[in-house]
Amino acid sequence: MKQKKLAAAIALMTAIPFAAQAQVSNNVVKVGVLTDMSGTYSDLSGQGAVVATKMAIDDFIANEKPNFKIEMVQADHQNKADIASNKAREWFERDGVDVATELVTTSVALAVMKVAKEKDRIALVNGTASATITNKECNDVTIHYTYDTYALANGTASALTKQGGKTWFFLTADYAFGKSLESEAAKVVTANGGKVLGSVNHPFPGTDFSSFLLKAQQSGAQVVGLANAGSDTTNAIKQAAEFGITPKQTLAGLLMFITDVHSLGLKATQGMYLTTGFYWDRNDDTRAWSRRFFEKQRKMPTMVQAGQYSSVYNYLKAVKAVNSDDTKKVMDYMKKTPINDFFAKNGRIQANGRMIHDMYLAQVKKPEEAKYPWDYYTIKATIPADQAFTPLKESTCALVKK
Amino acid sequence: MNTTTNNDKNMRLVFGVLFLLGLVAPFVVYPTFLMKILCFGLFASAFNLLLGFVGLLSFGHAAFLGAAGYVCGLLVRDSGLSPELGILGGTLAAGFLGWVFGKLAIRRSGIYFAMITLALAQMVFFIVQQAPMTGGEDGLQGVPRGNLFGFIDLDDNMSMYYLVYAIFCAGFFVIYRTIHSPFGQILKAIRENQPRAISLGYDVDKFKLFAFVISAALSGLAGATKTLVFQLASLSDVHWHMSGEVVLMTLLGGLGTIFGPLVGAATIVTLQNELADKVGSWVTVIMGVIFVLCVLVFRRGIVGEIQALIRRSGIN
Repeated sequence: MKQKKLAAAIALMTAIPFAAQAQVSNNVVKVGVLTDMSGTYSDLSGQGAVVATKMAIDDFIANEKPNFKIEMVQADHQNKADIASNKAREWFERDGVDVATELVTTSVALAVMKVAKEKDRIALVNGTASATITNKECNDVTIHYTYDTYALANGTASALTKQGGKTWFFLTADYAFGKSLESEAAKVVTANGGKVLGSVNHPFPGTDFSSFLLKAQQSGAQVVGLANAGSDTTNAIKQAAEFGITPKQTLAGLLMFITDVHSLGLKATQGMYLTTGFYWDRNDDTRAWSRRFFEKQRKMPTMVQAGQYSSVYNYLKAVKAVNSDDTKKVMDYMKKTPINDFFAKNGRIQANGRMIHDMYLAQVKKPEEAKYPWDYYTIKATIPADQAFTPLKESTCALVKK
Repeated sequence: MNTTTNNDKNMRLVFGVLFLLGLVAPFVVYPTFLMKILCFGLFASAFNLLLGFVGLLSFGHAAFLGAAGYVCGLLVRDSGLSPELGILGGTLAAGFLGWVFGKLAIRRSGIYFAMITLALAQMVFFIVQQAPMTGGEDGLQGVPRGNLFGFIDLDDNMSMYYLVYAIFCAGFFVIYRTIHSPFGQILKAIRENQPRAISLGYDVDKFKLFAFVISAALSGLAGATKTLVFQLASLSDVHWHMSGEVVLMTLLGGLGTIFGPLVGAATIVTLQNELADKVGSWVTVIMGVIFVLCVLVFRRGIVGEIQALIRRSGIN
């Protein structure tokens, strides 16, 4: 007993000097924004994500008055995993960056997650959709914040099927991502009593969708699910309108952003269903933040950009709370602290790194319904956090205790 | 005679200085970045062997870089082989692929040759994208660097650097020897005047094929090494953009010069890396402008122009 007490006393003594001083290394927290500044995804993340990060840092300094400095570095990964991996290594090893964030494109996110794990730093993933990040490939230094393929496919497919869209046809980009999007949506459709009449794979990236769209038309399905992303989705939507598929059949975008709707216009997209993690015009809080964002960026934020702000802000809060930029301490704090801001109400970060929050099923307005610029969505339903994302017990992540 | 020995002496001096520079460089410059330059330098040099010295424009070299990278990654990650065997496997695979490509492509010349290599490379791209074990567009991730010969820990950046440096020097030596051998002389003869080489009794196709295989294998060596450095192989390595990028590196540095491709690769990699932080979306525009300038203003490339300058001043 005595020995135990002695041991405890010694442990306490050694712990005190460390606890007394600020433990943020060099008294600087460095946030690295690694994103696509020039390619396909620059519209949905890119410069807007950098602006959002700057806002988060400025707001944090103004509101919380931290006793450490915060710096931001940014880089364009050009959608190449090797550039991203090189940059992340350089940041972690040489420049003392504490957290790499944004990371759109799955190959980039996976590469940076692994470097972060090796160097014991944090990866905050926002732009990437792939659900593998919190399943097979998960690790304990990564948080997947904004959304994933499961949430989008699940939200749109279940809501539409419940509303009477019983027969589906999928237009799928012919690569792993498109196929996983399709299979996730198809599962939900059949589980809700719907039927998948067929699917067709189109080459990635595709420009001419005519033959595939004709198959979708012939199938007579009520809903045509677009299991693709980026320019494939926008091209398919444009051509679907030209072929007269819409408005007879309903299009469901399984991965779409408000910037896609903005560039296509309401005429081509009207009536479409999609799932989103954030809509600027949802309530007073979202409007207030989004207007500030708009002043800087001249565009309304996508869910990725809003999630970027929220994730960085909450990361900084965690650093302040534990008074350290130590990866494990910050991660532990973030995983046990609920997230409440304009982006998420009662958001929680699960053991596998998945941040779960409410998602929203939106329908794109008709041109005549839009009253002001960026008035694009009607929120049809709120999908509660625990239904929106993969149930934790089904996650294949090794960190989940079964 | 006197000038050639002088030249040789100068050459040796240049090699010696550069070799020493390479040895001390990682203490000054960030090693991972240097490794990337060396890998692309070797890749561009291997490509230059074909374009600069045989006059064959292959537009499918990404296939060798990428395929070797994937083979090496799979061998090391999934079959648990040691890194040196992984690199060897990748190089052999690329050499074999080069033999297949070469067999088909060297029957044609000029634009048709380029198109055949491009078509074959696109097939490799398709296979890599669709095959279940490559990870598709997510790339082959999490390749361990492992222990070289079982006892040198490559997770240490410095030992990894010296491995890459040794591989680069070996590859570069092979290229240098190839160019300066009788075999290389015949390659240059084929480049300058193919009918004449044929009339002299050389089996031109055989020489071309052999050069193609060497170039492919060395590209593969670069690709396999790169996979170990970054611990991943991704689709961008097999994409035709990469085939274009290596053309740009070679042209920018100096086509048909020994050091040109290395300089070109270093320039492009540095630009990609440095501009990534500073100018954001302007990277692609700047690269385009550089290419246009290179083609319009200094057609001999950086090293080519410097050599021409030295030669001119030497005469005066």
